[in-house]
Amino acid sequence: MSDIPKADELFTSIDYAPPITGWMETPVDFSPGNWCYPAKPEKMEYMDSKLPGLWGKAREWSPGDLDWKLPANWKETVVNGFRERLDKFRSLKVFMDICVRCGACADKCHFFIGSGDPKNMPVLRAELMRSVYRGEFTLAGKIMSKLTGSRVMEEDVLKEWFIYFYQCTQCRRCSLFCPYGIDTAEMTMMARELMHLVGLNTNWIMEPVANCNITGNHLGIQPHAFKDIVDFMVDDIEEITGRRVKAPLNEHGHDILFITPSGDVFADPGIYTFMGYLMLFDYLDLDYTLSTYASEGGNFGSFTNNEVMKKLNAKMYHEANRLGCKWILGGECGHMWRVVHQYMDTMNGDTQGPQMTTPTSPITGTVFDTSAATKMLHITEFTSDLIKHNKLKLDPSRNDHLRVTFHDSCNPARGMGLLEEPRHVIRSVCNNFFEMPESTIREQTFCCAGGAGLNTEEILEIRLRGGLPRGNALKYVQDKHDVNTMACICAIDRATLIPLADYWAPGVIITGVHEMVANALVFEEGEKRTLDMRLEPLPGFEDEEDDWTPPNKEDA
Amino acid sequence: MNALYSLLFVFLLVLIPLFGVDAAHLRTFFGICIPVTAFIIFLIGFIYKVINWGRSDVPFRIPTTGGQFLSYDPKMFKQNKYDCPQTGAQTFVRMVLEVFAFRSLFRNTAASLHETKDGHVVAYKSSKWLWLFAILFHYSFFIVALRHLRLFLEPIPFFLKGMEFVDGLLQIGTPTMYLTDVCLIAGVVLLLGRRLIDPKINYISYASDYFPLVLILAVALSGIYMRYYAKVDVIAIKDLTMGLVTFNYHVPETIGVSFFIHVFLVSILMAYFPFSKLMHMPGIFLSPTRNLPNDTRAKHHVNPWNDPNIKAHAYADYEKEFGVPMAEAGLPLDNPENGKAPEEEA
Repeated sequence: MSDIPKADELFTSIDYAPPITGWMETPVDFSPGNWCYPAKPEKMEYMDSKLPGLWGKAREWSPGDLDWKLPANWKETVVNGFRERLDKFRSLKVFMDICVRCGACADKCHFFIGSGDPKNMPVLRAELMRSVYRGEFTLAGKIMSKLTGSRVMEEDVLKEWFIYFYQCTQCRRCSLFCPYGIDTAEMTMMARELMHLVGLNTNWIMEPVANCNITGNHLGIQPHAFKDIVDFMVDDIEEITGRRVKAPLNEHGHDILFITPSGDVFADPGIYTFMGYLMLFDYLDLDYTLSTYASEGGNFGSFTNNEVMKKLNAKMYHEANRLGCKWILGGECGHMWRVVHQYMDTMNGDTQGPQMTTPTSPITGTVFDTSAATKMLHITEFTSDLIKHNKLKLDPSRNDHLRVTFHDSCNPARGMGLLEEPRHVIRSVCNNFFEMPESTIREQTFCCAGGAGLNTEEILEIRLRGGLPRGNALKYVQDKHDVNTMACICAIDRATLIPLADYWAPGVIITGVHEMVANALVFEEGEKRTLDMRLEPLPGFEDEEDDWTPPNKEDA
Repeated sequence: MNALYSLLFVFLLVLIPLFGVDAAHLRTFFGICIPVTAFIIFLIGFIYKVINWGRSDVPFRIPTTGGQFLSYDPKMFKQNKYDCPQTGAQTFVRMVLEVFAFRSLFRNTAASLHETKDGHVVAYKSSKWLWLFAILFHYSFFIVALRHLRLFLEPIPFFLKGMEFVDGLLQIGTPTMYLTDVCLIAGVVLLLGRRLIDPKINYISYASDYFPLVLILAVALSGIYMRYYAKVDVIAIKDLTMGLVTFNYHVPETIGVSFFIHVFLVSILMAYFPFSKLMHMPGIFLSPTRNLPNDTRAKHHVNPWNDPNIKAHAYADYEKEFGVPMAEAGLPLDNPENGKAPEEEA
């Protein structure tokens, strides 16, 4: 932390002028702070025992060393793996061929905006791979390598991949602006798959992946501990509201299985959002259960390779079938919803049990046809529908101390199109809502710079640089509208946006949308709340012994 | 440097037919053999490439969504149909907008850093120059190419005549100057200039980025030279081109050398096309982030290589591993045996 420059210094250090040397000749900085720690060997041994042949050899190694202890046949493995994926993914093959290097994507990447490193321009990030494609697989690239920007696979190239494909958060902002829809996220996924084949990996991704397979969640929370945590939350809710809410775990015979990222079970401020879910469901007397086995909505497999993405995701239907649930309700999470929306049914839809049906709200009767295939509904769709039908008694004034803006998470925005539902919920539960500038929200939203497995301390400066566009937009509404709260629908955001806000817009706190729902939710007529979900006094509702009445109620 | 190489290379290309026709009298070679061969390479290369792309699988539906999706209540939350299509028809419109109006490029913004009295600001402003240059270039090129159909069709269809009339509406000079000729040159020069001047774009440009631009510029200039200055024998050229399409090859003696230069450069462009980034033209149609509807939560999509052997870590194994603490914590077990501590079993 100590060697991170101050925000102002960092800002003025950004230089968009490219280096004198061409990008292929510009050396890569392998000093600490530029890379994530490699995975612990035991995690990779475990993964190899579950999905053999995808991981290279488990070993101790460091990107800071000269020798990365690659297997002897690494080049062959990578080149063959590349060739194989060109046939398996049309996206990859087409994106390798059609880029014209027009540069429309160049200043769309948050990592480029915050660093000025030309290899963070999406076009160059992709060229790291395309140059190899041309050099290894195309005639023009083989005979005129210099003129066509081609090169063959070398150790330096692979090392460069490791640095820069772990400086992409798969946010797809570049793909929105590309005239051909070239999606760097696709290439990052492919490059990471290839690197895994020869044992290049990061612990921040692989430990959660291994944990998730064993314990059901990324954080490795075992079932009894999970229950303890949920019990604690139930206690806290009782302290805040006086009501002891139900929190069914692993119970058979409920209609709905609720799955949310485990990050929300583990740390502030996610737990307040989790408590919000519990309160909402209790308020509705919803026929649902949580699961300790399928206790992870997120899927770090999607940052790894398509095989492990499928394997981790398969738990959701497996558990719904075991417990006899009709459909799945999913919590607030970003990449989880990219996987659920665009991959889940394709990967695992055929494992749905016959008991599963199109999600239907038991409260309003709304049939959610748009999720007829996956049988999985986003919580903001569910809540928005409740609010629309006036099924929730809400007191938005309980959130009056919050001046709120909303951070669209990349995946729901650009891999799903979920833009209005969360806004509808927010506007219904709070009175002070302000949008950040147009170029930084909705489909043009900027990443928290910690997605796709980059939310790790050792690359904090890279993350803070990448967080500049979001942080600066936040600062703008903080200055203009006194915004003090940024809401989001993503568990990774709830972790990464805190240091980002502290750095770029100090004084802004981060909240989940359902934390605000819980604040505003009126359990019963005349219910008095003196504490918010964080067990802090609710401004304007403090517990006072005197018979003070608000000025606007004095006549009543 | 890359730009210079390209310029030099195109210059050398011009010399080939110049000497070939003038000095070596290889009129049939440059008038018939080269263009026919180039056209065959273009056709086969183009088709091969597209088929080759088509043979790769599309395992997942990965449209980049550029707006609100189809909501549970489309009245309350209006779907952005053409940036976030749900149906085939909507996707078709998205593709039409992308191909004919460069929709995504139209969205372009430019980011910049500023130090203001209120602190540091990252600003974004709409930046449509690239879109404008690209539209100018592509449409001019398209119409110029279309106009050349008059050399290969007899009688000349009325729409071509109409198009030529509109194109020459300003009636400047004899023969009448075509607007698209001017626009094409302007488009190429602007795109080239942008590549040379913008340091970011300059940094990412290879010789293979400059070469097609310089080549197209040379094609256009040689065409303009032929038409407006050399005033080549158009009747004789039509004789040749009609011979090409009717497989009745002959090269009239009255055709000047500028024609051969023009045809040679076009031939190079055709032969180069399938091996280059110019394939972005058919490629956009196959781009999975644009040509698929955003409907994977509503409709089942099949991944041809989906591996049924990849299964979840089974719940039964999970319960076996954690059964004892689960039982202690009061969590329900499917198999009560799993809840017994090992020593109890003994």
